Amino acid sequence: MNALTIKNLSKHFDGVRAVDDLSLSFEKGRVTALVGPNGSGKTTLMHLLSGVTPFDSGEVVVGTTAFSHIAPYDISSLGITRTFQSVQLFEQISVLDNILVVLTERSVWASLFERHSKFHTEKAKGVLEFVGLWEKRSEKVEGLSYGQRKLLEIARVLAMNCEIILFDEPFAGLFPEMVKRVRDAISHMREAGKTIVFIEHSMQLIRELSDYVYVLDAGKLLAEGAPAHVLGERKVIAAYLGE
Amino acid sequence: MGYIIHLIILCLLFAINAMSLNLLIGYTGLLFAASAAFAGIGAYTTVFLLKSTELGFFPAVIISMLVASVMATLLGLVLNKFRDDYFALVSVGFQVIVSTVFMYWVGFTRGPLGIPGIARPTLLGLDFSSNIMFLILVAIIASVVYLFIKFLIGSPFGRVLKAIRDNEEAIKVFGYNTYFFKLTILSLAAMLCALAGALYASYITYISPPVFYLFESILLISIVTFGGLGSLKGPVIGAVIMVLLPEALRFVGFPPEVAAQMRQAVFGLALILLMLYRPQGLVGEYKL
Repeated sequence: MNALTIKNLSKHFDGVRAVDDLSLSFEKGRVTALVGPNGSGKTTLMHLLSGVTPFDSGEVVVGTTAFSHIAPYDISSLGITRTFQSVQLFEQISVLDNILVVLTERSVWASLFERHSKFHTEKAKGVLEFVGLWEKRSEKVEGLSYGQRKLLEIARVLAMNCEIILFDEPFAGLFPEMVKRVRDAISHMREAGKTIVFIEHSMQLIRELSDYVYVLDAGKLLAEGAPAHVLGERKVIAAYLGE
Repeated sequence: MGYIIHLIILCLLFAINAMSLNLLIGYTGLLFAASAAFAGIGAYTTVFLLKSTELGFFPAVIISMLVASVMATLLGLVLNKFRDDYFALVSVGFQVIVSTVFMYWVGFTRGPLGIPGIARPTLLGLDFSSNIMFLILVAIIASVVYLFIKFLIGSPFGRVLKAIRDNEEAIKVFGYNTYFFKLTILSLAAMLCALAGALYASYITYISPPVFYLFESILLISIVTFGGLGSLKGPVIGAVIMVLLPEALRFVGFPPEVAAQMRQAVFGLALILLMLYRPQGLVGEYKL
């Protein structure tokens, strides 16, 4: 069963076809890697799926419900959450508040009168301990290192507890110890049956983590299949390295 | 003693206005330059109701706050299309329009002549005509406003405002329709500005358009920035300093013919130095 399907999705920027009539499906509980050279449309596709950028045509099917438009504030109610290629946190509030803010009520009225309970604090503590940031909970985010910021973004995703998680280059720029922590987090989500889509350039990590691979080039699907099979295809190697 | 009471009342009135502006700039990151316009809407509406109806001061203030809230909501529908510098510019535009209306809608505001003879409030047999009684009234209202804002900011709603301030695109992805949060806080802040304006009108017993000009909005931004953005105490500290500093400089010994200008220059210099060395203000938690 597919958790997420896109049908004939297109997005053009001033004549550039960033995503060009693309149709893909993401099976429930499977880890799918999106790979391709720079400019192939991977990040644009993540933006389209999360409503950050509106798509020109096509549709996104979440479960069995089709959408011809997605607003960014609707995706969490559809069970989708994401990380960003360039880490997007709330810089001038504390690490703990960065987690608590995604655990609270979404409507204006409810958020005015809700008070954090032990449940919220325990949940925040759990995810921050998992990524090793509990000790930093009172610090402002702007003081964290790059790796810690990446981990906090992962912790926020864990706190959201959505069924579909989109990771945009979660390992980029991390040193080995941090890579291990992020890999553990993704493995943990996979074991919990989450549907994971991630963009990655490291072939080793793609082989290790993914069940299925889509290779994009110039906004179109170039190849798909199991990583061991796809990553060895001549046309995939050519797209990355040139003929 | 009367002079000290007068200064404390002014500090409190500016503090109420600054606390409301801090909700927008300090907590939500919206550089809003029309606080004085909403103070004016509160003042003129209250005075109009007092002079043309049988309403008492407090019901008139409540209605004027609601009027300000409705106008802020309408303004918010437009402002929502803008961000950052453009948001600030559009709010300046609104401020200028409202100031012009105050000056030229003579039938309602008496234009440059202003409206004299505004009554001080009474409530349940208590007469706030004397300055000491008015001070007690303003102190109670300022305390209630402070506690209300503390409640607001301490709630998850307040945390969402800070998240909007820091990264609006990101917080949207986590399920928040930021449009409604910004509209709500703009409406609340406008109500508090209107409250401060109505109290000011009642205290001075006279209003005229220049009191609600753009310069006053910029002064309020300076107060909030000086005291500290995103802090509960910051606007109060800023208001006290900004009201008392010019008074203190009276005793520095500037020649009388340039004293007023020198006081403004010293104030400007203090603001520049603070922004250079402590951009979050004296006790602020947020840097622009």
